[in-house]
Amino acid sequence: MTGLEIDKVSKRYGDVVALREMTFEVRPGELFGFVGSNGAGKTTTMRIALGVLSADGGEVRYDGEPVTHETRRHIGYMPEERGLYPKMKVAEQLTYLARLHGMSTAAARSSADKWTERLGVAARRDDEVQKLSLGNQQRVQLAAALVHEPRILVLDEPFSGLDPVAVDVMSQVLKEKAAEGVPVVFSSHQLDLVERLCDRVGIVRSGQMVEVGTVGELRSGGAVRLRVDVPEAGDGWAGGLAGVTVLGRKGTVTELELGEGADDQAVLKAALATGPVREFAREQPSLADLFRSVVTTEEVPA
Amino acid sequence: MSTPVQDVRMSPASAVGLVASREITTRVMSKAYRVTTVVMLLLIVVGIVVIKLISGGADADSTVGYTPATAGFSAPLQAGGKAVDETIDVTQVADEAAGRAKLADGSIDALLTGDGKTVHVQVKKDLDGKLANVLQLLSRQVALDQQITALGGDPARFQAAVAAATFVEDPPLEEPYDYNGQQLVLGIVAGILIYLSLMINGQSVAQGVVEEKTSRVVELLLSTIKPWQLMAGKVLGIGVVGLIQMVVIGAGGVIAGLATGVLTISVSAAVGTVVWLIVWYLLGFFMYSIVFAALGALVSRQEDVGGAVMPALMFVIAGYVVGISVLPSDPGNTFAEVLSVIPVFAPTLMPMRLAMGGVPVWEAVLSVGLVVLMIPVLIWFAARIYRNAVMRSGAKVKLRDALRAA
Repeated sequence: MTGLEIDKVSKRYGDVVALREMTFEVRPGELFGFVGSNGAGKTTTMRIALGVLSADGGEVRYDGEPVTHETRRHIGYMPEERGLYPKMKVAEQLTYLARLHGMSTAAARSSADKWTERLGVAARRDDEVQKLSLGNQQRVQLAAALVHEPRILVLDEPFSGLDPVAVDVMSQVLKEKAAEGVPVVFSSHQLDLVERLCDRVGIVRSGQMVEVGTVGELRSGGAVRLRVDVPEAGDGWAGGLAGVTVLGRKGTVTELELGEGADDQAVLKAALATGPVREFAREQPSLADLFRSVVTTEEVPA
Repeated sequence: MSTPVQDVRMSPASAVGLVASREITTRVMSKAYRVTTVVMLLLIVVGIVVIKLISGGADADSTVGYTPATAGFSAPLQAGGKAVDETIDVTQVADEAAGRAKLADGSIDALLTGDGKTVHVQVKKDLDGKLANVLQLLSRQVALDQQITALGGDPARFQAAVAAATFVEDPPLEEPYDYNGQQLVLGIVAGILIYLSLMINGQSVAQGVVEEKTSRVVELLLSTIKPWQLMAGKVLGIGVVGLIQMVVIGAGGVIAGLATGVLTISVSAAVGTVVWLIVWYLLGFFMYSIVFAALGALVSRQEDVGGAVMPALMFVIAGYVVGISVLPSDPGNTFAEVLSVIPVFAPTLMPMRLAMGGVPVWEAVLSVGLVVLMIPVLIWFAARIYRNAVMRSGAKVKLRDALRAA
């Protein structure tokens, strides 16, 4: 069974290309992290998936079928622009939203109770949303995405503005939802969180998906770096080695990047030739490094 | 997957119904709404009671005292008063001295003195003009009676013959409508009511649309229901809320009017006015508020709502101003008559004319028909503008852009 598929979705605003054949897939039970710099097209993609915006081309599918108005009722959505009726009470609002997604009144009420409880805002059920702190409004917003027990979750920046406790609650909820078999896609700028939480990550740049894979895959795809602690070596000890770039030297530690065809054993030999080697470590780039290298690569001309 | 796989099927009607019922509950529950309804109802009822007190009802216009000698004048005096719409109370005094005392303390306005052969009157200061007219009539009649008696005739038979004599009017070539003063007042009240509720409820539609835009909740809503369903639900919900208000105020006013006796027109005419008021409120509300909803969607801030809906509001105001300034003095005005059939002005003008009476059936039917035809056209335009503009926040969306964008 396939989950949510975004297939060659394109969108332009006048002369500005917002999405260029954006393609990726979120499998059932998978947490998919959607990263990219501001304006890369994450929000546009999510809005199109929700039918709030129409695409110029391409298709959004769920379970192999194009997403229709009926399928969208199964999506839990947290828009980037947070929004609830400020003067409506929390529980009333959640019940209303659940009913708009097709729940019966009774089911909607009990679900609203359940999620306010779960997200720690049960005590505020009868307060108007505008009276809540920003963090609590954020929790209610998540409850609004979850209250109709969605089969797909699309969350735009769900972690922004949350305190660490709320981040933990949110992470836990997302993991549970994924464990139930729900495809979960969320965007975030908190890359450490994405790295820790997500099964797969997609990096988007200028409206295009440039890298997709598990965090491990992405990291192993990047250039291998070496950290070599050689106290007695002079500057330029590794300069002549084929395929090796010296990134810099801090104290006695030299950082190297291995290019295509470079041999780490040759580096080790060269290091040993200078004297004792205290540390020789192979490092994989973090998601943040990877992200930086991807988004700073030259832009594809429009 | 552990989530039960069942397709969510929600009919457009139930989506619209959900949106509408949210509007109704949140608004009817609001304090502002209940307060305005009660205040408007109170204003109408108090107004009616004040009219009742001012017009004085049973109080006579003047009280005239008569002595035993002038007792014969009392009945013709009252009858003469009636003929010129003057209520005259009569009261007998023992003699002229007692009468003067009553004149002095103000308990009677005039005293009939003399021997009863000719009319003599005495007042404290000034003789009321109307009463003077009646007395003039009375003295002529007395003189006439005396002449008839002198000629050997019977004044009573003469009076009866005169009273019975009447001319017969053949049907006029063109029947003018006899406007009733109370119906004119009713028309003015109907005009004010419909104008106020179009202003209040129409603007709340625009404000509601902008509220959803400002709070960004619209994105969440549109991810589950279609733009037209959201718009229709809002218009319908606020329409019902306004209708409740209209029925309460209209019915309250008519009941108070009939109960106090201020309204002496027939119950069916009064009920007819309220029914027409409701019909035209609904037509006018739907016609204007879908336009207001579309115009409201163009802006993102509450401060800009006024400017955005102004073009449409001008028609409401224009119709009302023409109606309220022309119709009370000239209910049959041709200009107002023509405007009242044109759909954009009809909702304010037609109910006033209908309440005043004298509207040919074809005009009433035509104006309703034109508005009913116009509503679908407006819905089409409004839905298009709304759909294109409601997700665009920030600067005001140009009407042309909203219409063009697919």
